[in-house]
Amino acid sequence: MTDSKKLPGKIEESDDGQILFSVPFPEELSPEALQALKGMRPIIIKQPYAIDYIHSYGQDSPFFAGLAGGTLLGCRDLETGYTYANPRSHDMYTGEPTDWVQLPEQGRIHAFTVCHFGSEEFLPQTPFVLILVELEGADTLLLSRLVGVDPDEASLDWIGMPVKARFLRNSKFKPTDVYFAPSE
Amino acid sequence: MRPVYAVSGGVSKFAKARPDKTFQAIVKEAYDYAIEDLGLEFRQFTELVDGSVASYFSDHFTRQLMAGIMAQDYLGLCPKPGHRVEGGGATGGICFQEGWKNVASGLMDICVAYGFETMSHVNTWKGNEFIALASDVSLDYPVGGFYSGYYAMMVTRHMKEFGTTVEQLATVSVKNHINAYHNPYAQKRNRYTIEDVRQAPMVAWPLTRLDICVMSDGAAAVILCSEEGLEKLETASGRRLPRVRVTGIGRGTDAMRMADRPHQTLKDFLRQNALPHETNSQETCDYYAELWQGGFRYPGIHSFRAGRMASKRAYDHCGLIDPIAELDFVELHDAYTSSEIQTYEDMGLCRYGEGGPFATSGTTFMPGIDYGLDLIESPVCPVNPSGGLIACGHPVGATGLMQAVFAIWQLQGTIDRHFGDATLQLDEPRRGAIHSHAGTGTYVTVTILEAED
Repeated sequence: MTDSKKLPGKIEESDDGQILFSVPFPEELSPEALQALKGMRPIIIKQPYAIDYIHSYGQDSPFFAGLAGGTLLGCRDLETGYTYANPRSHDMYTGEPTDWVQLPEQGRIHAFTVCHFGSEEFLPQTPFVLILVELEGADTLLLSRLVGVDPDEASLDWIGMPVKARFLRNSKFKPTDVYFAPSE
Repeated sequence: MRPVYAVSGGVSKFAKARPDKTFQAIVKEAYDYAIEDLGLEFRQFTELVDGSVASYFSDHFTRQLMAGIMAQDYLGLCPKPGHRVEGGGATGGICFQEGWKNVASGLMDICVAYGFETMSHVNTWKGNEFIALASDVSLDYPVGGFYSGYYAMMVTRHMKEFGTTVEQLATVSVKNHINAYHNPYAQKRNRYTIEDVRQAPMVAWPLTRLDICVMSDGAAAVILCSEEGLEKLETASGRRLPRVRVTGIGRGTDAMRMADRPHQTLKDFLRQNALPHETNSQETCDYYAELWQGGFRYPGIHSFRAGRMASKRAYDHCGLIDPIAELDFVELHDAYTSSEIQTYEDMGLCRYGEGGPFATSGTTFMPGIDYGLDLIESPVCPVNPSGGLIACGHPVGATGLMQAVFAIWQLQGTIDRHFGDATLQLDEPRRGAIHSHAGTGTYVTVTILEAED
């Protein structure tokens, strides 16, 4: 170590983040005081945590490109004709690659719920209606949102209701780029 | 595979929040209890145990990766072998079965399966978001990721398909909460009525807050051993330990996205999914034929195919033919009242479509408890005698193991000693099932436990 280079003798302190300037603590650490620490209430702090992910839709990307263009795409096994209302590049029964097919915009409600509460991200949107839609020519269902019904009037009669796809004009490249409304 | 015994267990008191301890120290409560119940000192057990399996669901709740090794380390189990398992809500059930594998395979003579979850570290709605991340984040989560919503869609389909009613769902809540009234480990010990359940705030139509389990902080541990392991434990403790043998193991899976689940033909159902007592009965085959004629398809989104396959494999493993007649009780995954009704059907306690009326018949209630309900049938096979997830709480990684602990105590006949209340002790139960289930029925485990003399 050279005399000419001054190395820090302590870590520089900062004013950012969470600071508690004085913590209640025994003045003297007598054996009794040390024992009493076991009865101390826990220190509970807030730890923020935020991340931006770089999320690729990978082989499912055409589905989202389709939604952006106002088209519902599904995937079909060529041999069996089995058709998924979701992107799925390999069939789960034949193991073979599927082909993209255009799906109709008309469908029927297979099941639904009205969410009066939700995950934190969606809480401001409550109440919202979730549906699983049956699309003509598809063997599986599509999860989506339904508008145009009164969330306070939920009824089993909604099942079977004909619905029509609508698309966001400004695509967010999310599955919510498509949603459904009762068809006239 | 060698015979495996479940000899001891421990559960921390499930609570909304346990800020007084870190997760490792909560696991230690359950672990120490299980050791003490064997009549062993900590050091004696540490010397005998061969390894572990750790169970917790979400790395998000702890904001900690490798929490398993932190528990292993805190319990003094290093450098023995161990690993963490994860399978959503079924994590605890999978952990129990992995512990069983360790012993059955001959790899270990004594294995401890422990699990925990500390869900209070975020607010309830952020917690729901974490849980919803256990749905496809490209296609399902962004639409309104909320597990109660996913289950509620299954409910509306079940109601439409079979005429199941919200009062039938509520009956499950009343039963399980009143059972838990006698279980000191339970988070919620309240007596509710069907009206209370229906008047509770609506969460996801038609499920109210009292149709849905709560988030918890908690831990559970189970000690599993081979015959040789049992001998070692008995030699060390100087006493004979009650025999509860793990006789049946079954697991099933289904597509992550409910939307992708098949709508099978009757032929495929009978060939792949029907239970022997169903296919052996012409009347039941005719009943199913009629369902299919009416448009029923299996599993669709009203039934948990994974739960059916887990049951089928577990029953086959232990040679069980008629579940309702041969099981003395079931601890099953009632995260939602509706899941209990759907699971009655999956486990073959009743036929598909009959879960609603079955729930209110009285068959699955405890004897000797007044539920304030008009029940037609006498109890045959109590379901969730402990109070289930709805009342006990659902600290995910601990839940499946909690069910195992309560089942072990039930079969040992030691409920009174552990609960300080004998109300929930069945009269000499011989065989019970535990059922652990992950989000919308993706992973399901069923395990059969039997008392041996």
